[in-house]
Amino acid sequence: MRDKSRITYHARHSMDNSNSLGIVERKYFTFAENAPMPLDSGEALGPITLAYETYGQLDAARANAILICHALSGDAHAAGRSPDGKIGWWDDCIGPGKAFDTNKYFVICSNVIGGCQGSTGPSSINPRTGAPYALDFPVITIADMVRAQRHLIDHLGIEKLLAVAGGSMGGMQALQWTVSYPARVRAALPLATTARHSPMLIAFSEVGRQAIYADPHWRSGNYYDDGARPNTGLALARMIGHITYLSEESMHRKFGRRLEGREHFGYEFDTEFAVESYLHYKGNRFTERFDANSYLYITKAMDYFDLANGNGSLAKAFERCAHIMYLVVSFTSDWLYPAYHSKEMVSALTAIGADVTYCNLQSTWGHDAFLLEVETMTRLIADFLDRVVAQNGIVTR
Amino acid sequence: MNAHHLRADLRALAELVQPGDKVLDLGCGDGALLRYLMDTRQIIGRGIELSEANVLACVGKGLSVRQGNLDEGLRDYPDQSFDTVILSQTLPYLDNPAFILCEMLRVGRRALVSFANWGHWRCRLELLFTGRSPQAPGLPQAWDTAPRARPLTVRDFIEFCAREHITITRSIYLGESQRALRAARLGENIRVAVAIFEVR
Repeated sequence: MRDKSRITYHARHSMDNSNSLGIVERKYFTFAENAPMPLDSGEALGPITLAYETYGQLDAARANAILICHALSGDAHAAGRSPDGKIGWWDDCIGPGKAFDTNKYFVICSNVIGGCQGSTGPSSINPRTGAPYALDFPVITIADMVRAQRHLIDHLGIEKLLAVAGGSMGGMQALQWTVSYPARVRAALPLATTARHSPMLIAFSEVGRQAIYADPHWRSGNYYDDGARPNTGLALARMIGHITYLSEESMHRKFGRRLEGREHFGYEFDTEFAVESYLHYKGNRFTERFDANSYLYITKAMDYFDLANGNGSLAKAFERCAHIMYLVVSFTSDWLYPAYHSKEMVSALTAIGADVTYCNLQSTWGHDAFLLEVETMTRLIADFLDRVVAQNGIVTR
Repeated sequence: MNAHHLRADLRALAELVQPGDKVLDLGCGDGALLRYLMDTRQIIGRGIELSEANVLACVGKGLSVRQGNLDEGLRDYPDQSFDTVILSQTLPYLDNPAFILCEMLRVGRRALVSFANWGHWRCRLELLFTGRSPQAPGLPQAWDTAPRARPLTVRDFIEFCAREHITITRSIYLGESQRALRAARLGENIRVAVAIFEVR
């Protein structure tokens, strides 16, 4: 009896861990019902629904809001535990006492448009046809994603974000926020990202897309009926992606040349190496939660991303951002977004006189480091945000 | 930060910074000087630092700092965008000191440069009597563990400035006890352990 009650006690308290947000709820915001939102392509989209989550409390002055932007395959569930038990993708850094301390800050994360995790995307119903958009969904850009997020921030009654933060594609959105709406951002944290998608990145995107097109179940994007889905193509695209998120060294450490479930070579084409098995697992798991058409649209949006384009130069793009505080972080083993990408934006921000903090962190984790180097990131982000708060004369609880 | 925790040469250098200045500290280390200047002189501070650990320490002190290599220059910084550019105890460790000094005076209205004086009598005597390579005053490190440096003396620096048409507007000489020396004549520099120059 005594033992049992102790177990219950511990179970309750580990679920209700003081640095966990516990169960979080997904919310939805729909707008552009009457007037569709204009897009960079010249087309317009509406109505638009954004799935989002919030953590912590918005203070009376509405000055402590931080927008978190997710990467290619992310969603609105950044932290805490969903009702079906899933832990948020950046739970290590968002919560009470964490990098983005929800005791102090009101943290918002929304799924991007074009996505497939609650926000309007190619798998959503096109109100004009009553069927899923599929490839009738307009091509979107990072700026369009940010434009939609701005409607959500308006809806939440936040005039000025304390900070906007994200890694990888999330970092592109953070940068885009400062360029599109400089008056509405106090600080930005673009992590492991770029101001301009490089030809190598476009090449990887294209190979991923070709894998999807080549799947006979893709059927030019019209696979939303009860038939089979282009899971083979999507899984292959994801496998390619995963290779680029790691580094040679992290693969050595994680897998080495280890064989999976066998002692000796089989001299056959079964899955033999641990790294193969990992990629298959990741690829297959991805198809359970991600839509192939969304993968096409979002990778395309990243490929179009070039802040200098249309602005003349990067410094020109940041022209109205001199008042914004930036924390730029790159990682030594990230070959997808190597440090020079970050240095380029740091140079441009320095040239316009912005307050920019930059660190190229030692890590062997490759691009994934921004999610994995929790200890260092926590220190950097928490210290930086403290300064943003102090410099803007904001009182946090 | 309490002034007593700041190294004497940094404290002396801080005396040359005007309140409210916009200051760029090159090789700012753990940020002790910048933090001190922000607390005591209300400056707007920026730092450049090579080591990751130091960059993290600076961010922890609430400073705006860029990780970077000074030898790449200050090309991102617009002309005359700072009141004061500081190079504290870093000059001997640069690949191209002349280039950096020119860059400092392009970016700042004035530069503050401090360095250990290898012309100190102890250095001279050490080589003469022991035959061992002298260590920088105040930075006792054996030749095989010290960072790669180009030893320079107060005289070297003064002659360099004359050659490059750089004007020395103020100088502070610290003796072995870290106290300021009153005499500033070149001949006296045998007593200087650390020199601090304001140049324009």
